[in-house]
Amino acid sequence: MNDFLTDWGLILVTFLPLAGALVTLVLPEESESGIKLVSLLTTVAAAVVGVLLLIEFDHGDSGTLQFVVDRSWIELINSRFILAIDGLSMPLMLLTLGIMPLVVIYSWNHLPEPRNPKAFFALMLVLETGMVGSFVAQDLVLFFVFFEVVLLPMYFLIGVWGGERRQYASIKFFLYTLFGSAFLMVAFLAVYFLSKNPVTGEALRTFDMRALSSVGGAGIARTTAILIFGGMFLGFGIKVPMFPFHTWLPDAHTEAPTQGSVILAAVLLKLGTYGFVRIALPILPEAARWWAPIIGVLAAIGIIYGALGCLAQTDMKRLIAFSSVAHMGYVMLGIATLTDFGINAAVFGMVAHGLITGMLFFVAGSMKDRYHTLEIKRLGGLLVSAPRMGWVLGYASMASLGLPGLAGFWGEFPAILSAYNPAEGLSVGLFRTLMVVAAIGTVFAAGYLLWMFQRTAFGTPKEEFANDPAITDISPVEWIAWLPLLVLIVGFGFFPGLIFDLSSPAVGSIARVFGG
Amino acid sequence: MLASLLQLFPDPGYRTPTLDWHALAPEIVLSVGGLLLVLLDAIKLDRARALMPAVANLSLLGALVPIITLAVDGSTRVLFGGSFVVDPMSLVLKTLFLLSGYVVILLSTNYVAEGDYWESEYYTLLTTSILGMVVMSSARDLLMIFVALELLSIPAYMLAGWRKGDQRSNEAGLKYFLMGVFASAIFLYGMSLIYGVGRSTRLDEIAANLDSLGTTGVPAVTLGLLLILMGFAFKVSAVPFHTWAPDTYEGAPTPVTAFLAVASKAAGFVALIQLVFFGFHVRPDVFQPIFFILSIASMTIGNLIALRQTNLVRMLAYSGIAQAGFILAPFTVIETNRDQALSSIVIYLVIYAAMNLGAFGVLIAVARKTRSAEISSFGGLLTYMPGMTFAMTIFLAALAGIPPLAGWYAKFSVWQALLGAETGMGVALAIIVALNTVIGAYYYLNVAKAMWFDPVPDGDTTKVRIPPGLTGAIVIAAIVTLVLGVVPNLVTDVTSFAPGASAALGG
Repeated sequence: MNDFLTDWGLILVTFLPLAGALVTLVLPEESESGIKLVSLLTTVAAAVVGVLLLIEFDHGDSGTLQFVVDRSWIELINSRFILAIDGLSMPLMLLTLGIMPLVVIYSWNHLPEPRNPKAFFALMLVLETGMVGSFVAQDLVLFFVFFEVVLLPMYFLIGVWGGERRQYASIKFFLYTLFGSAFLMVAFLAVYFLSKNPVTGEALRTFDMRALSSVGGAGIARTTAILIFGGMFLGFGIKVPMFPFHTWLPDAHTEAPTQGSVILAAVLLKLGTYGFVRIALPILPEAARWWAPIIGVLAAIGIIYGALGCLAQTDMKRLIAFSSVAHMGYVMLGIATLTDFGINAAVFGMVAHGLITGMLFFVAGSMKDRYHTLEIKRLGGLLVSAPRMGWVLGYASMASLGLPGLAGFWGEFPAILSAYNPAEGLSVGLFRTLMVVAAIGTVFAAGYLLWMFQRTAFGTPKEEFANDPAITDISPVEWIAWLPLLVLIVGFGFFPGLIFDLSSPAVGSIARVFGG
Repeated sequence: MLASLLQLFPDPGYRTPTLDWHALAPEIVLSVGGLLLVLLDAIKLDRARALMPAVANLSLLGALVPIITLAVDGSTRVLFGGSFVVDPMSLVLKTLFLLSGYVVILLSTNYVAEGDYWESEYYTLLTTSILGMVVMSSARDLLMIFVALELLSIPAYMLAGWRKGDQRSNEAGLKYFLMGVFASAIFLYGMSLIYGVGRSTRLDEIAANLDSLGTTGVPAVTLGLLLILMGFAFKVSAVPFHTWAPDTYEGAPTPVTAFLAVASKAAGFVALIQLVFFGFHVRPDVFQPIFFILSIASMTIGNLIALRQTNLVRMLAYSGIAQAGFILAPFTVIETNRDQALSSIVIYLVIYAAMNLGAFGVLIAVARKTRSAEISSFGGLLTYMPGMTFAMTIFLAALAGIPPLAGWYAKFSVWQALLGAETGMGVALAIIVALNTVIGAYYYLNVAKAMWFDPVPDGDTTKVRIPPGLTGAIVIAAIVTLVLGVVPNLVTDVTSFAPGASAALGG
């Protein structure tokens, strides 16, 4: 069993969804339930393999890459097909594998217009392959390919099944991300050509992330390294999205169908932050130190700007979207400290944000199905019309604002705390200022989330929805899709060690370079 | 009688060259195929007419057989005192032209038959033009290049004006012809200058002589190179010599447009490869700046104008200009990175052929129903031609350069060549290519948007029959586009030839 998993486990979790997508394409258009069943089975099968990998994973050695698959791929450029996971990839890979079956279940009776289940499920499955692949790839070119694979399916998910301004939102999402990735590719190539073996001085000419991380940018002149990091900063920063590049996010999140928003919030944004931790920091540590204050400041601006943006929103879904900008700001702040503590917080923050914001988008989607609007001033009294859903919304909002005991707390609080003591060579004064700014951000977060919850759930239903029979409480299908998230949010809140234990050895080896 | 006639003249000292028939076999097979088509026409049987596409296709496939045996043999064969060289690179290029021609014939079959467009001449001319391209792949001599150029161009002029009754087609043919002969004239003039200073028509000798010139005769060399490169800039529709392309593409019959956009353009690049990599490479100081300007102008201006197009053929024409800019980019780093530059150009040509032919194939298929090439007529294609929509999405995404479709690897290899050269020009171009990739994505996606998001413009969703040949062509192109994107090894294995190794020939 172990042998089989070692050789095939990662290939299975990555490519099972793709195989499922091909099967759905072959199925006749009419057999909607067949398409759904195939999608469910493949996502669940991939998730089961993921859990088996977690069980077989050597937890005592989570700082080392395991289940390594290393085959030849494009020999000419010495790019290899390398898949492997360590404690950093594991939580994010499991997050992806776990979210996707829930999204498929949710789609069972929430298939957005204009339906076309075949294309919808096929695109979602292709998307899963891209996301999982990005988290497990250990070769820069392979990573880039997976990183880009997610683009088109998401473009179509938003553009075909989205809201009113879907065309604008989808092309904006696409062009922003492509802009970043073009520079990402150039940066990867520059690393390929310039990295040298520190002992012999020979050019490495490899895309293998393990080798590149171990030399840590040796042989690259400081100014060049800073420029190359700039390319990666564009690529990953747009995906996160960081403050000046965030404008695609509110549009994309708001216009996407519920499933798209959930996937975007839960997984896609993490590709950016994961890229920083996995690729940019270890490969170009010196440049990272130069960029860290800039990233930190932009993260802090993102926190405040996102919060203020939330307060200005009249649409519930858009509000949740802006809250993502703020939350990803905490993650980036943690990364910018370049410390063991901060990056661990960031990894936790990624998972927590994935679960919580995913949950919020689920609820928002279900409310939209019932009310046909998410305009906050028209909503109200959810606790009266659909009490269970109201409490789920409240629960998710509390988690999102960082209430201790729920997962959100462990992403936010340690990230703020880590800024008190940034890595060697970074300005302590600056980061302590950022810490204060970020802390103020949490007050705003409490403000806008409670405000949203109060306006939509408290009070009595507005007249137009007072006796609307369409406003029903949570359906069984919704329970099935949501319960795992609800349980995990509180589970990780009480047992944060579940993630910290996994991630900290891996993060530790990255942060060691920075003396943190 | 002939013998006695010959005796009148003193022995000129000529000896019959020893011909390597094996090396010439692809060209011979193609010539026989072309002649056979003319003969079939002479029989004037309706039965023969139906056979013509098959005969044309078989002669193309037949020409592939000696190519395979030559590839298995693997040795470099030099004919005619070095003006005709059969090496691995030329075999790859010949295969590219033959397969592109095969797909173009599949695209043409029903189009030409249903339009009643003089089938015999059509296939004869097409085969002849491909013959010219196949010769070009081996030509290492200025005269040989010129002969190949004319052999491939003149049939193409006629094909562009094939729909005699249509004014647009006439305009297309005439414009293409006038611009083409103008370019040829410029090329010839440049050639004569280079012959003057290089003292030979053979590229390897020119290289050696140019190299020994040092600093003398610089103006003549510069002018000669400039004129020659300008001549071919017309052929590959590089800005500012691109103005004929959109009009010709729009007016010509669509299968011919596909042929011009893919095979004819590739042939122009092959000529540039021969000239620059095997003849002029000793003067990078002269040609690299020219290519730098041509490349930037082509990709940027081509992309910007493509943004505003509403007709898919014109959009593909401008996108082709932009793509030509990408292919021109590696020419600027030959001095420091010759091997990678050559390999990236060939990879790009192969991948570009697959994705562009596919896009034209879908265009022809859809036009069978909509009778239009307007982008808006693609609205709602997903609802009634889902297969074509998926195929077109694959081709568009590939053209935009999105992994895992082949286009990304083409761009990647260009980036690799540019950055690997470690010159300022290379880095600058790499960044400009990156920016242009984003612009390009917008208009490619615009078509995808129409197919996926928009409603059917006239509400007519009747399905039309797509002939098997056309479907076959699209499937071939789609498979190549997908497979080369996932396993680029398949093409890099055959394109990683080192021109440095043939330096013995090229100087």
